[in-house]
Amino acid sequence: MLFYSFFKSLVGKEVVIELKNDLSIAGTLQSVDQYLNVKLTEVQVLDPEKYPHIQSVTSAFVRGSVIRYIQLPPDDVDTQLLQEATRKEITQPRKE
Amino acid sequence: MADEGDQATTTTTSVEEPLDLVRLSLDEKVCVKMRNERELRGRLHAFDQHLNMILGDVEETITTIEIDEETFEQIYRPTKRQIPMLFVRGDGVILISPLAKQS
Repeated sequence: MLFYSFFKSLVGKEVVIELKNDLSIAGTLQSVDQYLNVKLTEVQVLDPEKYPHIQSVTSAFVRGSVIRYIQLPPDDVDTQLLQEATRKEITQPRKE
Repeated sequence: MADEGDQATTTTTSVEEPLDLVRLSLDEKVCVKMRNERELRGRLHAFDQHLNMILGDVEETITTIEIDEETFEQIYRPTKRQIPMLFVRGDGVILISPLAKQS
């Protein structure tokens, strides 16, 4: 649940999602769920070539499994906190 | 009476599982090989059991192989990109390796 909590803390921030089909979508993170499905608002075209004909889309739901990367604003990420949370997460017994 | 004290969850590990080895690379520069001939180099800030990761100061290298129609030689064409902070979804990851640091 580490990344679920992490993304919840990023709600309201601007991100760029790169999908596995090479599309890039920029927008404001509105919500996230345990599967890391993502809802974005204020969706913008970044790279017109890699982009389908989405002209006036204000809101988008992206299935978590189709995401390759999410580019994050570096100033909004507390790397120390992430590292500590990771250390704690890994030593927990995993779901069996 | 000596208390064994190992009943509560501690952060020490005696058995090194693969994810424990990745854990050793936290806050270090790593090289991540991904599907589709992609490679990432960056500082590992977080990961989970799916190998979802947060990498900082990332350089992504995409290697495309073009084949010349006449000579049939393979031309490697790497393209690079810098990204300051990146979440990587684990299902695209093939391997993670530490990059040797020179201190």
